[in-house]
Amino acid sequence: MPIPELVQTHAGSVSRVTLGATKEQGGTRTHTVTIGGAASVVYGGLPEKAGDRPLIAMDVLDTRPDDWPESLSQSFDDVMDSPGKWAAKCVECGADLICLVFDGIHPDKGDKTAADAVAATREVLGAVGVPLILWGCENADKDNQVMPKVSEAAKGENCLIGIVEQDNYKAITAVALADGHNLITGAPLDINIGKQVNILVTDMGFPAERIVTYQSTGALGYGIEYAYSIGERQRLAALSGDKMMAMPAICNVGFEAWRAKEAKLADAPGWGDVAARGPMWEATTAICLLQAGADIIRLRHPKSVAIVKNFIDEIW
Amino acid sequence: MALTGLDIFKLLPKTNCKKCGMPTCLAFAMQLAQKRAKLDACPFVSDEAKQTLDAAAAPPMRLIKFGQGEHQVQVGQETVLFRHEEKFHNPAAVAAVVSDSLTGDALLARIKAVNGLQFERVGLHLGVNAVALKNDSGDPKLFRDAASALKQHSKLAVILYSDSADAIQGALEELTGACPLIASATQSTIEAMAGLAKTHKCPLAVKADSLEALAELTEKAAALGAEDLVLSLDGLSVKERLYTWTKARALALKKGCRALGYPTLSLVDQGDDTRQLADAASLLCKYGNIVAVDSVEPAVYLALLTVVTNIYTDPQKPIQVEAKLYEIGEPDETSPVLFTTNFSLTYYTVESDVEASRIPAYILVVDTEGTSVLTAYSGDKLNEECVKAAIDKFEVESKVKHRKMIIPGYVAVMSGKLEEATGWEVLVGPRESSMLPKYLQEVWSK
Repeated sequence: MPIPELVQTHAGSVSRVTLGATKEQGGTRTHTVTIGGAASVVYGGLPEKAGDRPLIAMDVLDTRPDDWPESLSQSFDDVMDSPGKWAAKCVECGADLICLVFDGIHPDKGDKTAADAVAATREVLGAVGVPLILWGCENADKDNQVMPKVSEAAKGENCLIGIVEQDNYKAITAVALADGHNLITGAPLDINIGKQVNILVTDMGFPAERIVTYQSTGALGYGIEYAYSIGERQRLAALSGDKMMAMPAICNVGFEAWRAKEAKLADAPGWGDVAARGPMWEATTAICLLQAGADIIRLRHPKSVAIVKNFIDEIW
Repeated sequence: MALTGLDIFKLLPKTNCKKCGMPTCLAFAMQLAQKRAKLDACPFVSDEAKQTLDAAAAPPMRLIKFGQGEHQVQVGQETVLFRHEEKFHNPAAVAAVVSDSLTGDALLARIKAVNGLQFERVGLHLGVNAVALKNDSGDPKLFRDAASALKQHSKLAVILYSDSADAIQGALEELTGACPLIASATQSTIEAMAGLAKTHKCPLAVKADSLEALAELTEKAAALGAEDLVLSLDGLSVKERLYTWTKARALALKKGCRALGYPTLSLVDQGDDTRQLADAASLLCKYGNIVAVDSVEPAVYLALLTVVTNIYTDPQKPIQVEAKLYEIGEPDETSPVLFTTNFSLTYYTVESDVEASRIPAYILVVDTEGTSVLTAYSGDKLNEECVKAAIDKFEVESKVKHRKMIIPGYVAVMSGKLEEATGWEVLVGPRESSMLPKYLQEVWSK
């Protein structure tokens, strides 16, 4: 029986951002990666128009974390004192990108110096060939002090650096522009603030097509529906032709999912073995956000990376 | 598709007889369009107008029920493609597969495992919604026996999965009154299956490999008198199913395609637990109304049922926790007291961070109508008065001998007034809940 035609015409699409730079391009990465480009809502058009495959970034911390549950930390226990070795292990696990997180520079979490952060950056750049994400500690003053040095140390590598926020964007936007990096604009689960930050940094001369957006992520069971709906609204805005909403999106799944009781509680009768349950919780959070249009997913556990990568292989 | 006032006006007698209570037929039509009047109020309306208006008023996606009593499953009647447009109405059902290739103790053990997929999390009870009994044996007798065992040992709603009308008929006879979902009729079995659905008053899934073929089947089934239908795809990959269901939802809601205006059923049985989890989670988001999963691993269901809870949450209505004094660990009269709001997300974040500190504590939850700390403060739903009222109401002063209140860092500005109103000493806690473990261990313990 004939069914009605469903003609989808959109004025816009998600912009494409390429990360990393090879030797010929002035960097030292073995290859580059490209994200974005979707020209329809997720599954809402032709598969050819779904854009580039979403990518997995694995978190590497600049300091051995002391608050990771054992079911998570045991995968990296032998390498957590060396960001380079840690990153290399993540690449073996299938990471498309390494997200180097400078937790240790936070005044309350070690208060490491800019020199420490630069050393960690160089170590990771030397240890792996994949493109890098450089993620501050989300303490505005300390990030403004340290991240410019980190940016400079990775000059020419075409990294993704952030995050910049509505009330603190100038310093990092300026260095990202000067050092040729891409920028992450952040907002606290608020689509209007997200757009506002994009406007602020582009007003400073930062190219819109080198921005990736970030909305604080909620884990499965802990507010994921907010991030999910913002993701869908952002995609619809991009398709409607709003250039300030057309950036690809990154989600911080690993950090959020591993705070959830469901992921880390070992003694939970009837919930299944924590060794399998933790990665499942993290992977399910990621898979839900992929349904809402996420382009880069930050993950932590090798098993969840495998689950999510298998899913991406199946669908994209 | 909804009709406009003018569309309706064209169908009315246009005599302005005022019998409906309105001054003109046009005014009545406008009221009808806004659903403020009923067509019955017009004594002269034609049968043709009635039919047209009834069809237009029917929901674009049918509501389907199966199972009985408190375990009845109700899916469909969705009105939007994206939850932010309004909300998703009837939470998708997650079903666990039981195969009739199991017999005796193995079958009972499997049924028991499915019954046990029940969870308590963040004050909510979650449980698997249905059992999908599969006729893997191909033997109608084994299918019937398994249905009989299900009837005896499970109260869950049942989906009968078999391509054989004979097998379905036998199982239906065992499950009299249980109103199972019959899955599925194909092009070649539609007459027999629709007949069974009609006789036993059960909903029927129809199965094909394309939307065109499905639309044909639903029309045929409806013509045969089986109107409570569910769509199922045969032989397509998960990727193809995600694209096809998304298209079906759009066609039903945006193009008024009645032949596809039914909930969907998907069976997920490829690969290991993790692959099934991933496939089922995506199908629950995009646009599965019933998803049957082969695995019975509890962690898979805990995650999937949470996906459904979250995606089907009403975006306009924040989820709240009960305002009261919560005890974390086993606090005593020297334990710290913190307050936060009754927005469930705020509360559960604070709760998990307080737990992480391993310091027993009291969390005083103040009723802020389900808003977060900053929103409540700016809307004056969180002030010294309501904190004081909560301290009194929940008799906090009888629980601890100290008078120190840890307040969220974001509302440090209310410290002075709060001290004045309560006589308690105010300690300004961190802005971010994630810093609570450190705060409690370092600041409080000193």
